Amino acid sequence: MEQEIKTVKIRPEPPKKIGRHVIVVRVQHNFGVLARITNLFASRGYNIESLTVGVTHEPNIARITIVVKGDERIIEQIIKQLRKLIETLRVRDITCIPHIERELVLIKVHTGDEKARDEIMRLVNIFRAKIVDVSTDTYTIEVTGDIDKIEAFIDLLRPFGIKDLARTGTLAISRESAKHKYAKYVE
Amino acid sequence: MTAKRGADIIVDVLNAEGVDTVFGLPGGAIMEVYDALFNAPFRNILTRHEQAAAHMADGYARATGKVGVVMATSGPGATNLVTGLATAYMDSVPMVAITGQVPRHYIGTDAFQEADVIGITRPITKHNFLVTDIKELPLVIRQAFYIARTGRPGPVLVDIPKDITQQKSEYTIPTDSEVEKSLPGYKPHVEGNYLQIKKAAELIRKAKRPVLYVGGGVIISDASKELQELVELTKIPVTTTNMGKGAFPETHPLALHMLGMHGTYYANMAVYHSDLLIAVGARFDDRVTGKIQEFAPEAKIIHIDIDPASISKNITVDVPIVGDVKIVLQKLIKELKKNPIQWEKARKSWLKQIENWKKEHPLTYIKSDKIIKPQYVIEEIYEVTKGDAIITAGVGQHQMWTAMFYKYSFPRQFLNSGGLGTMGYGFPAAIGAKIARPEKEVFAIEGDGSFIMNIQDIATAVQYRIPIKVVIINNEFLGMVRQWQEFFYDSRYASVCLSVQPDFVKLAESFGAVGLRATKPKEVKKVLQEAMSINDRPVIIDMAVDREENVLPMVPAGKSYREMILNPGEKGKAETMYLVG
Ligand SMILES: Cc1ncc(C[n+]2csc(CCOP(=O)(O)OP(=O)(O)O)c2C)c(N)n1
Repeated sequence: MEQEIKTVKIRPEPPKKIGRHVIVVRVQHNFGVLARITNLFASRGYNIESLTVGVTHEPNIARITIVVKGDERIIEQIIKQLRKLIETLRVRDITCIPHIERELVLIKVHTGDEKARDEIMRLVNIFRAKIVDVSTDTYTIEVTGDIDKIEAFIDLLRPFGIKDLARTGTLAISRESAKHKYAKYVE
Repeated sequence: MTAKRGADIIVDVLNAEGVDTVFGLPGGAIMEVYDALFNAPFRNILTRHEQAAAHMADGYARATGKVGVVMATSGPGATNLVTGLATAYMDSVPMVAITGQVPRHYIGTDAFQEADVIGITRPITKHNFLVTDIKELPLVIRQAFYIARTGRPGPVLVDIPKDITQQKSEYTIPTDSEVEKSLPGYKPHVEGNYLQIKKAAELIRKAKRPVLYVGGGVIISDASKELQELVELTKIPVTTTNMGKGAFPETHPLALHMLGMHGTYYANMAVYHSDLLIAVGARFDDRVTGKIQEFAPEAKIIHIDIDPASISKNITVDVPIVGDVKIVLQKLIKELKKNPIQWEKARKSWLKQIENWKKEHPLTYIKSDKIIKPQYVIEEIYEVTKGDAIITAGVGQHQMWTAMFYKYSFPRQFLNSGGLGTMGYGFPAAIGAKIARPEKEVFAIEGDGSFIMNIQDIATAVQYRIPIKVVIINNEFLGMVRQWQEFFYDSRYASVCLSVQPDFVKLAESFGAVGLRATKPKEVKKVLQEAMSINDRPVIIDMAVDREENVLPMVPAGKSYREMILNPGEKGKAETMYLVG
């Protein structure tokens, strides 16, 4: 009964390209809406790099910025699943259009001797960061920027001894100045 | 305007929604609502378990397309609904669940019978609401019905704290447009992109070996007529999923019956060799596709579905069309008629090939006059009901035999838990279906394992004189698990033997139902006919069937259609058929 299998036919599938995507979601600012969104990521096994939420100038609307890594099919699914939520007003993947990304970080760094203090001050100036609190052996530094700048700054501070660190996660907004040129790429 | 209790407002809004039946069981947190139900203008069915109530509401909804309503108290009442909600969610069944919650000032204090029902049900409902202000109550309930029945339907839960049901307030029932406006992010009406429909028509004209792969979406969208029109026009053969059964008459010469794990040989062969697969209201579930990389390997795929998230989720498709199936099919037919080809001629060799496959391996089984074959029971039920009954099933082998050996001819005829696979679904769903469609004969075909999971609700069927027929395909096994053990675990039958069981005839009688039994093939017809003559009570028929019969054909989980087990073979060594790739 068993016949030899000559060739096994396989459905052609497009190659997977993994990328970092910035997705902006506007939602009705209702009770439990954030839980709904985080639940969606947790239950479907998507990996979030960061998620930030805040209410907008319209008090009943909140805006969520999600940074997530995945291949195109996963990103597409995430966007569709987000759109499927009843309280979602708008979902945009702004990765490919001009946009501004910012993150705010607070870092407590060990200061040590005078040489170290000078060196940290120099870095703070170069990165246009700010020292917001000082104690005998600690500077608390505030810095904002996009992810590359933030990561570079943290790496440079590491050797001095970081005592604590708090990040807001990425916020993003599209560039109004490039709106018309790129309108066709949005939605 | 006079002020009313929250509980009375609920009843008023349900009435305005056209509700004629609610299913449920009361308790502390929802007592006020039950008090209001005492005078309600609609029917209130007291069940014996909240899970059964949820399945009844589900069966009611699937049999009619109307929203099923279920009620339960807080805590354990609500958690007992969970399986019923998840079942309805997976199969896109419109349902509204109303649960009592502890009073607002107790929420979060681990109060008596408090559970985070919103948190628990969030992933298994289309949406859910906690009512925090009596002013919102009428709008929230109307929103729940609107969300449940529109777009891709699904269950919606409304959790209402007890103090809100007791509080008095003036109110008006929001209008349809107010409800729509209150949900600015929810846009359930989609008609399908014209350019995509044109592309689909082009592919259909060019295809040499097309197959329609039809799912439950066709039934939900009430598009059977359109589907038949498309088939009559283009002569494309149709295979349906378990959920799609009834969308296309199975007696039609172009019917290929079910595809997938327990699909027919000819349906799976047709899909495997197709050059165009038109998926309509179906979602490429793993039980359908098997090994996805080898599913319809040479086919271009057109996928019509109302839920964008169903498209390109499991498989990449060539022409996605997001829209209501009924509207899209109407437009597609119009487009195809604009530019007709000689359909009969184009199909000739493909349909001939399919005819051969049908002859080679028809759907069949080894008959016996000594022992009752489960498939024979289903065929006999088809005979005595003249193919016109509504059929429900539990989950397991009997469910598959029920899907395979009854020939369905109209939508909403076969109700079963396809997505979640919930044992215990069939019997209560049959009660719900019979309440919704009293003019129809309703049969629940149950496994002995499945039936016992909601057996308590025989009391409900007796109390309300619901004359359904329950047929137990009694193999004294958790048969489907046993079959997998036989095939894939070297016949090590771990925890599947149900030899300790009640005497189902006496059990039925003790509830006030009628109990019947058949142990020999020649008794089957007689017993079924006797059951058909009883119209004032439920009848429970214990059919002692061949204990180790297997469901075949079978594509083992995660395997390709090439590796179909077709013949029973020796015990423990069912023969795998390898198609030449
Ligand atoms: C609630 C639930 N628990 C467990 C399962 C796993 N399961 C699938 S089929 C099956 C056996 C069903 O036995 P029975 O109802 O007697 O039907 P049969 O297969 O014997 O026809 C089991 C245990 C399930 N589907 N649902």
